[in-house]
Amino acid sequence: MGSILTMRGIGKWYPGVQALKSVDFDLEPGEVHALVGENGAGKSTLIKILSGATTNDEGEILLDGERIDPLTPVKSQAAGICVVYQEINLVPEMSIMQNIFLGAEIKNGLFCDDATMRSRVEELLNRLGISIDPGKRVSELSTAQQQMVEIAKGLLLEAKILVLDEPTAALTSEEIQRLFEVIKALKKQGVSIIYISHRLEEIYMIADRITVLRDGSYICTSTPAQLTNNQLIKYIVGRELSQQYPDIQTNIGDEMLRVEHLTNSKISDVTFAVRAGEILGFAGLVGSGRTEILRAIFGADALDSGRIFVKGREVNIVDPQSAIKEGIALVPEERKSQGLVLSLSCKTNITLASLRKICRLGFIRRRLEKEVVDDKVKAIKIKCSNTDFKASTLSGGNQQKLVIAKWLCCNSDILLVDEPTRGIDVGAKNEIYELMKKSCNEGRAVVMVSSDLPELLGVADRIIVMHEGRVSGELKKDEFDSEVIFKLATNS
Amino acid sequence: MKKILRFFSKNITILVLIVCVVFFSLVSDVFFTVNNITNVIRQVAVTGIAAAGMTMIMLTGGIDLTPGSTVGFVGVICALLMTKIGMPVWLVVIVGILAGLLIGLLNGVLVAYAKMPPLICTLAVMHGIRGLCYILTSGMPIFGFPSSFGVLGKAYIGFIPVPIIILAVVFVAIALLLEKTSMGRHIYAIGGNREALRLSGVNVEKRLVQVYGIAGVLFGLAGVVLLSRISSAQPSAGNGFEFDVVTAVVLGGISVSGGEGKLSGAITGVLIMGILANGMTLLNIYEYYQMIMKCLVLLIAVFAGEYAKNKQSFGFRKKRKVVD
Repeated sequence: MGSILTMRGIGKWYPGVQALKSVDFDLEPGEVHALVGENGAGKSTLIKILSGATTNDEGEILLDGERIDPLTPVKSQAAGICVVYQEINLVPEMSIMQNIFLGAEIKNGLFCDDATMRSRVEELLNRLGISIDPGKRVSELSTAQQQMVEIAKGLLLEAKILVLDEPTAALTSEEIQRLFEVIKALKKQGVSIIYISHRLEEIYMIADRITVLRDGSYICTSTPAQLTNNQLIKYIVGRELSQQYPDIQTNIGDEMLRVEHLTNSKISDVTFAVRAGEILGFAGLVGSGRTEILRAIFGADALDSGRIFVKGREVNIVDPQSAIKEGIALVPEERKSQGLVLSLSCKTNITLASLRKICRLGFIRRRLEKEVVDDKVKAIKIKCSNTDFKASTLSGGNQQKLVIAKWLCCNSDILLVDEPTRGIDVGAKNEIYELMKKSCNEGRAVVMVSSDLPELLGVADRIIVMHEGRVSGELKKDEFDSEVIFKLATNS
Repeated sequence: MKKILRFFSKNITILVLIVCVVFFSLVSDVFFTVNNITNVIRQVAVTGIAAAGMTMIMLTGGIDLTPGSTVGFVGVICALLMTKIGMPVWLVVIVGILAGLLIGLLNGVLVAYAKMPPLICTLAVMHGIRGLCYILTSGMPIFGFPSSFGVLGKAYIGFIPVPIIILAVVFVAIALLLEKTSMGRHIYAIGGNREALRLSGVNVEKRLVQVYGIAGVLFGLAGVVLLSRISSAQPSAGNGFEFDVVTAVVLGGISVSGGEGKLSGAITGVLIMGILANGMTLLNIYEYYQMIMKCLVLLIAVFAGEYAKNKQSFGFRKKRKVVD
């Protein structure tokens, strides 16, 4: 059978990193082709290229044998490619019908032809084998139903290729069964489906073929029958370490931070402790509650229950101010939107959290500030020719160092770092690792969340694995094993 | 020459100011005289005082539509206190400023703690305060103040009018606050990235209330100076004043989304507005046409600001050729 879609030698660079390295992927009519890999393996980038959200730097995309790249969102839609993202993109206050026809309303002269649209939507929902009133507001639907609306929206555009990105992440097992029935029905109608999921057991249930990506590279394509579960996991995680991690021995000291039974809407019953000189790593899938633990400890999000102890003393943390007073610092997940004020100078960003220390009667002591800033810039080797330049002019790695410098100015001794090396190049990554190790040597404790598993294995002294807001396992340094962690994180 | 060009491309408002001055000097004999220029500055003093407050608010990414009705309300309160109970002038001035502070704090609490969008909540407050003005005066003007009250708006120290001295003091104080204090840093950071500031351990809500409060004080002060100059409290005084203030600040290059801009720019903006009004009057352009001119000035200023910030997203992009 001829392929409906062929992607050949796809390459994509982002500043400092190569996100995709000559990836091959093809899709046959009416097949479900699963795309698997860890966080950051390049699945999303590949899908973004297919949807036209970004363009490939290398390689070619053929649809029915005709070259169609570079794709734009409009061209991609016209070619019959429809992507249903993990996050639902519907207008909650509008009805199912209005959402499905958003931007493509059928008009009857000046006005919308509700009757025609309604019957079209009923027909579409029938095709999907579900019966909901098209006039119902989307906000009244369950997540599963909203997903169906998204799929129906794709069908309206005569989609030949349907991309489902983690479609089951928010569904119950019953809803998953129904989704699978829909997928099977669509297959019969000749629609090809690219299915992205972390849940391997689902892939064995639904996929005709599986393609594995790792570190932006194409690993293999196979059928479920030829690939055992364990082999698949090996393909997904197994790799030679391409990076060097600093080998600095630190002395583990007294307990710095202990949390007990932390619970809020995103996490439940999280208990752990970290000691001075130790790097505690958190592994898990995106959305497993790792970031939320850090934010809750830092007082950025509210806690429903749970206790926090700093150096053995229970503390009451209600907002970031109180956390900072206890010596806790957060290097947030998104350095641009949460860590820095990009429109202000590097200097201003470095002293933003410790202005009180360099102020007299509310007035900033410029000379003292310059001393403090120059000292930090030199100590952690921030590459910027002038600290009066805007933070937005620095590279990703140096921006991340600005955030760290901000907390070093506060003399924080518990560092919570969330994805500290996301989107920065290898050289800067190593400097960040060294910085964390050095902080440990100076008696600080580090709690680190990372989706980059080799990084966690290389840097952390201990790893806690999260699954759906709960701790699903803990590994000591000599027990580190990426397969075990992957199984704990996916509950497989 | 290149240096001069670079200076003007960075300080486009100053260039606009110079063009305005040159233009009106050429078309009118009266314009470029010491008398007229002093007059212009005295007239813009009230707008200028309020613009300093508005600059702080707009740097946080907010806006305040209450300066017009605050000016009217403060005038009414002061007039009533002087004419009805004969309160001493110095105390009247303090009470007037405090009235401005109260309105500012109300705005601040609504914006910071009730999380209301500044545009809408200050629109509501603006309307309510204006209603109070009419209730307190029964819609009639009040006049007959002690002559000592006229000092703030009409007197001179040496050859410099008092309102200009007040304006200068306000500008220096607010410039110091914005440039030299931690509060100033926080104001810029709220507009630049509020979440990053919150995660740096700053109580953003408290800061916002302080900002709106200080701005309220300045609007109150503007109201007192205006009342002193015109010697009569009209319930409709300051109608449309917020427009002049916002226009001047935007013209001065303060980013509408906050975080960027300098107070010196706002001063220039105030001067441009004053010169335009004065120049057009000298050219016998009827006031209603002036309103249309001001409308164009504000639209052009906003467009220029957005264009300078994000050139790429403007205009029609050329279609990319697809290589087969």
